[in-house]
Amino acid sequence: MSFKKRGISRRSVMKTGLAGILATGVSPMMFSRGAWGQEFCNAPTGDTVTLGFNVPLTGAYADEGADELRAFELAVEHLNGEGDGGMIPTFSSDTLTGNGILGKRVEFVTGDTQTQSDAARDSARRMVERDGAVMISGGSSSGVAIAVQGLCQEMGVIFMAALTHSNDTTGKDKRRYGFRHFFNAYQTGVGLGPQLGAAYGPDRRAYHLTADYTWGWTTEESVMAATEAQGWETVETVRTPVGAGDFSQYITPVLNSGADVLILNHYGFDGINSLTQAVQFGLKDRQANGKDFKIVLPLVSDLMAAGAGDAMQEVYGTSNWYWSLQDEGSKAFTASFGAKYGQPPSQAAHTSYVQTLLYADAVERAGTFYPPEVIRALEDYEFDGLGNGPTLYRGSDHQCFKDVYVVQGKAEPSNQFDLLEVVNTASRDSVTYDPAIFGGELGPYDPGMC
Amino acid sequence: MDAILAQLLNGLDKGGAYALIALGLTLVFGTLGVVNFAHGALFMLGAFCAVAFRAFITMETVTIDETQLSPWGSPLEVRTPMAEQWFGEWGAVMVDYSVPISILVAIPVMLLIGIAMERGLIKHFYKRTHAEQILVTFGLAIVLQELVKTFFGPNPWPQPVPADFRGAADVGAWIGLQAGAVTYPLWRLVYLLFSVVVIGAVFAFLRFTTFGMVVRAGMADRETVGLLGINIDRRFTIMFGIAAVVAGLAGVMYTPLLPPNYHLGMDFLVLSFVVVVVGGMGSLPGAVAAGFLLGILQSFASMTQVKALIPGIDQIIIYLVAVIILLVMPRGLLGRRGVMEG
Repeated sequence: MSFKKRGISRRSVMKTGLAGILATGVSPMMFSRGAWGQEFCNAPTGDTVTLGFNVPLTGAYADEGADELRAFELAVEHLNGEGDGGMIPTFSSDTLTGNGILGKRVEFVTGDTQTQSDAARDSARRMVERDGAVMISGGSSSGVAIAVQGLCQEMGVIFMAALTHSNDTTGKDKRRYGFRHFFNAYQTGVGLGPQLGAAYGPDRRAYHLTADYTWGWTTEESVMAATEAQGWETVETVRTPVGAGDFSQYITPVLNSGADVLILNHYGFDGINSLTQAVQFGLKDRQANGKDFKIVLPLVSDLMAAGAGDAMQEVYGTSNWYWSLQDEGSKAFTASFGAKYGQPPSQAAHTSYVQTLLYADAVERAGTFYPPEVIRALEDYEFDGLGNGPTLYRGSDHQCFKDVYVVQGKAEPSNQFDLLEVVNTASRDSVTYDPAIFGGELGPYDPGMC
Repeated sequence: MDAILAQLLNGLDKGGAYALIALGLTLVFGTLGVVNFAHGALFMLGAFCAVAFRAFITMETVTIDETQLSPWGSPLEVRTPMAEQWFGEWGAVMVDYSVPISILVAIPVMLLIGIAMERGLIKHFYKRTHAEQILVTFGLAIVLQELVKTFFGPNPWPQPVPADFRGAADVGAWIGLQAGAVTYPLWRLVYLLFSVVVIGAVFAFLRFTTFGMVVRAGMADRETVGLLGINIDRRFTIMFGIAAVVAGLAGVMYTPLLPPNYHLGMDFLVLSFVVVVVGGMGSLPGAVAAGFLLGILQSFASMTQVKALIPGIDQIIIYLVAVIILLVMPRGLLGRRGVMEG
């Protein structure tokens, strides 16, 4: 019996085999974008897509959380083609057209992280499992961001971190599914150190009060390294519980410690409370070691400046962004946010808005919601027009690299919102570092199934 | 030496708050025999009297000024506090001094709340066990804090120190040390002074008035005082109201030191119960002494040198001291025989 007799030739075997291979294996990858449809967590099937915004509405960072939520709502509005479009027209990518994401109308659900890691994980899980969120954003508190980022890696849902500043978020705890647009403590140190050295001189003695969790630790470490590089001496580092409220018992020892600078590694309500209480203790009017006593708040936002009032005047810090920046993106976003909410956006609002747009853009460029493809679209992505100048989403650690702003509390604000002044800019090159210094592993691209 | 003096002052001002709350708690326990777990909520309600008063006088009228633009290009919203519209310059002073002025609001409000609480709920539990009293008053505390959360939200409400009391006083110079050696925030000194005055007033009231004498007699032997034809229950109700006022005033004056939120009462309740237990259940001088003692210990435990010896001691010192005192002196510092022992 020959093959010829039964009508089977070598050629027909080859043809059939090739057709089979194409039909069963390769073809979805080659001919059908988005054909991973059913193979990942919460793949959108209808004409809408749901995003999950996980922000603190209670706890020490609640002010920031409320502002993040405002920005998320605005971003969704703009993605759906409502309002003035905000930063979409100034964004260097032209994929966003006001037609939702990949033609699907954007909807969102929200959760309260309570500024606590376990509550944040619970609400993120609820948004993924119950509400079908295909992406989670939010944060406020690096402890929360790291906890939620880990969960998102397990579930195969992309986490676009908002307000998180610890080195660990894109350092030792980095994850393939986590992305951070916000700057970090290391970059704060690089930006702030030279400014402090120039303004206050080389021979200073610093006392640190530090929020006792990952963000506080890494900020203390980075600022300490940066100030010691300026010739400063660190007198003492004291850890304080998050949400302590009354910091008087920690501030009292500063008075007789021999320090002439107090560095408050506190944020949100903690930053407001510790700064105002330090000023109540007369530290700003004090002389030590023959010099004027100074207070530094390494990470500062206009929400904190508003809460601290006069106490913030002339205090140095760093910021990821400030609403009075004069580039086209910042002006467009501030105008849009101000018109809707009657107040300018904070840095927390800005990064939340930008992260939402960046996710939507990455999905559009990937042509699919399939997370590994969206991740690849974000990795090593270079963009501009979103308020921070040319920015790189570095692929090796998912950290954004852009200019860092050194700010100072204005001595004479011209209006209730004019609280900070950008006094210096640390260039993107100067704040870029080798990802190896913080270690960590991103982990696999393979999507988990929630 | 300077550091120890500064830390001592800090302990005294913390202790002032603990003593004021514990004093009210002990008054209620001593007179009515009720373990009132809603007492921390009274502290919180007092604080919110200050918040509500300030919120009321700073309500704003908003007018749109089309001739001016906001920094982001919209027509400017001009906001004017109503107090300034009504009272002109005096309105601005009222806004600045809103915390001390709200004492005038807090006294009648807290008195009414105290009396309503006692007549409406607590009197029905006089003859029940302490466990039931604790459960019902704890439930009441939760209801009160949730009510406050509903109206004022979950986040803190910062209250300003009046402009004349901002900054620090040179305490060192007052007592003959080098100028600037020991400085301390003026408002915290005001709070310390205020707590000493209120504690003194409560003791004087109980000691030097007929009403106080009857109450003390009732605390010693309620039945005999009743048999003498004195309506001791009515006086005890008033004492409950007074205890509520003391807790409320402590809360009002504390607001510039710690922005209050709905949970403030619970934060202080646990501490003040420890204070009462350490001081001795039912002992007013014990509550005051323990309040100041624990405040001072907590402050010293936060000193860097102490924390270097025992890391984390600042977080547990109060409970550690409570355990030791109760092991060595089971009735607390000044506790009487027979109280909560039968």
